[in-house]
This record gives sequence, C-alpha cells and structure tokens, in this order.
Amino acid sequence: MHQFTVEPLVGADWNLWGYNVAFTNSALWMLLAFVALTVFMVGGMKRQMVPGRWQMAVETFTGFIDDLVTANIGHGGKKYVPYVFSLFMFILFANLLGLMPLGVVGVHPFTFTSHFSVTGVLAIMSFAIVLAVGFWKHGLHFFSLFVPSGTPLVMAIIIAPIEFISFLFRPFSLALRLFVAMMAGHVLLEVLSSFVISGWSAGPGFGVLVGIPSFVLMVAICALEILVSGIQAYVFALLTSLYINDAEHLH
Amino acid sequence: MPQIAQLPEIWSSQLFWLLIIFGLVYVVVGKTMLPKVMDTVGLRDQQIAADLAAAQAARDAADQQEAAWRARENANRAAAQELVAEAKAKAAAATASKLSAAQGTIDARLAEAEQRIAAARAEAGAEIQSVAAEAAQDIVSRLAGISVDKAAATAAVKKALANG
Repeated sequence: MHQFTVEPLVGADWNLWGYNVAFTNSALWMLLAFVALTVFMVGGMKRQMVPGRWQMAVETFTGFIDDLVTANIGHGGKKYVPYVFSLFMFILFANLLGLMPLGVVGVHPFTFTSHFSVTGVLAIMSFAIVLAVGFWKHGLHFFSLFVPSGTPLVMAIIIAPIEFISFLFRPFSLALRLFVAMMAGHVLLEVLSSFVISGWSAGPGFGVLVGIPSFVLMVAICALEILVSGIQAYVFALLTSLYINDAEHLH
Repeated sequence: MPQIAQLPEIWSSQLFWLLIIFGLVYVVVGKTMLPKVMDTVGLRDQQIAADLAAAQAARDAADQQEAAWRARENANRAAAQELVAEAKAKAAAATASKLSAAQGTIDARLAEAEQRIAAARAEAGAEIQSVAAEAAQDIVSRLAGISVDKAAATAAVKKALANG
C-alpha cells in the first residue's frame, strides 16, 4: 500500500487560508501528466495538410472525443469538447504514467487517479457543470429530468425519488469507478509481485511453482491494466458527456 | 489504505493542486491547442470536400460535352443520310426521265418504220398485181392468140390472188 502514500516533496508547511497545500508526489505526477500531455499535443500542432504519424495520433484523439461528444450531446455539444477532451486526456495520461515501469530506474510512479480525493474532485467538477448548465438553460424546469416523459402520475410519484437519488449518485459512481479500477489494478500487480519475490525467497521449488506463474500472470495483467487505463478514461469522458446531454436537452 | 488514512491531512493539497493543474490542462490543452488541431482537421476536410466537388463538377461538364458532341454527331449523320437519299432520288428520277425519252424516240422510230414497211408492202402488192396482169395478158395472147384487155386481166388476177 506504500505506493498510494502521499508525501510532501516541497513546502510541507505551505498553508493557504489555514489549509495545507504542500507540493506532494501526487501534485508532481499531476504536473508530469500535464507536461507529457502538452508535449504530446505540441507534436500535433504542425498543422500539415498531409499529417505525419504524430500529428495523426493527436488528431485521432481529438477526432475520437469530438465524435463522442457529437454522438452523445449532438446539437450544442461543440462547446463541451475542450472540457471532455481535457478530462479524457488528463485521466488517460495519469493512468498510463502510473503504469510506467519507472521503478526499474528508481523512480516510483504515483497514480493520482487511484485517490478518490482526486477522482472525486474531477467527478464533482463534471457534476457541477451538469447542474450549472441544467439550471442555467432550463431553470426550475430542469427538475422535470426526474420524471421521464410519458410517465403516468401514479408512477411519477414513485419514479421521481428514484430518479433523483440515482441522479445524486452520479458523482459518486463516477469518482469511485475510476478510483477503484485504478487502485485494484495496482494492488493486484503489487500482490503478484510480492508472490514472485516471496516465492523465490522460499527456495527454487517455490520459485518455479509460484514465482514463475505469478510473473506470467503479472505480465498479462499489465497488458490488461493498459486497457483498463484507456477504458476508465473513456468511461469517465463518456458518462460526463451523457450527463451533460441530460442537462443540455433534458429527456 | 492511505487514501482514507491520509485524507484529513492531504485533501486540501490534492484539491488545490488538482484544480491548478487541471485548470492548466483545460486552458493550455483544451482551450488553446485543441481548437488549432481541430481547425487543421476541419481545413483538411474542407479541402477534401472542395476537391471532390471540383472533380464531380469536371466530370459533369465532361459528360455534358460528350452528350452535346453525341447529339451533334447524330444530327450530322442524319443530315448526311438525308443528302445521300436526296441525291439517290434525284439520280433515279433523272435516269427514269432519260429512259422514258429514249423509249419515246425508239417507239416513234419503230412506228415510222412499220408504216414504211406497210406502205412498201402495199406498193409491192399493187406492183405484183399489175405485173401479174401484164404477164397474164401476155400469156393469154401467146397461148390463145386472144388479146385480153387490161381491165379483164386485172380482174382475173385479183380474183386469183384473193383465192390463192
């Protein structure tokens, strides 16, 4: 569990209005994700008519998010592309950076998306946008979101509270999904790597019997984790755009 | 689980730095770089659409020209055929009129010749009659010693000829 520990690197006693704002390893990896993302995007800014490989890769990502937002929000969705794209790329880079085998060179990557204090803020941000857009565009009519159109009154009395609760659960499910997926993957890898080490320490027999299968499984799970990194970032962006669609168009 | 155990001491710094850095991501990547990349893609799509439209227009123009050429060609061919037919008809008419003229001349000549032959035959018939009468007069005078006048001889010859 040590890999999830947040340690202040600089300014352990920095305070803002009485709250500690130390620059931690978590903040460092956020910054690294931002830098890596910026470097990646700069490669796509050559603006060539016939794109090179890097520009093609960047345009694939922008096109992917553009299509996602257009498909899910449709009319009026263009203005959310920057937010959804930032969210998707930031989470994707954070997840992938956390998987980098940098421990080999003595740098221990920190996956800040495995902290619900981070995913929670991202989820609340998306939820706040949904609320702001919903109330700004539709006013109190936004509450009709909880009554699906065509519901008989008797049913509406039962359905509206259920819809309301499920609506309130959105930020939690959004935050917990990403946090749990990332943490579970990293814990699983840690457990398996400890099997490899303890197996070999217990003797060659255990090493072959336990260590080698655990190592093979670890390699496979690393591949799976790369997939999960992408999927979780995609799910976060997808759900955000779906929720924004609700706010933009109601039902 | 450090996520929970450390929460009271780290939440403020996590929130602070996440807001700052995600804000940076949003402003630098989302608001500044993304529109440029999307512009490039849009420009390229526009260019491709324009090129395709130009190609389509060129193809339509070519089709139109071909159709026009085909119509002109058909008209020319029809005109040529008409000309040939007209010439043929004219030639046939000319031949027919010449032929009929020639036929008329031949017919006239033939009729004239037949008339001449008939006249000659009548003349020859009359001559035969007079020669036969003279011969009969002569024969009678020599054989019987009687002189028969010319009118009687002629009547006899005519009778004999008519019977003969």
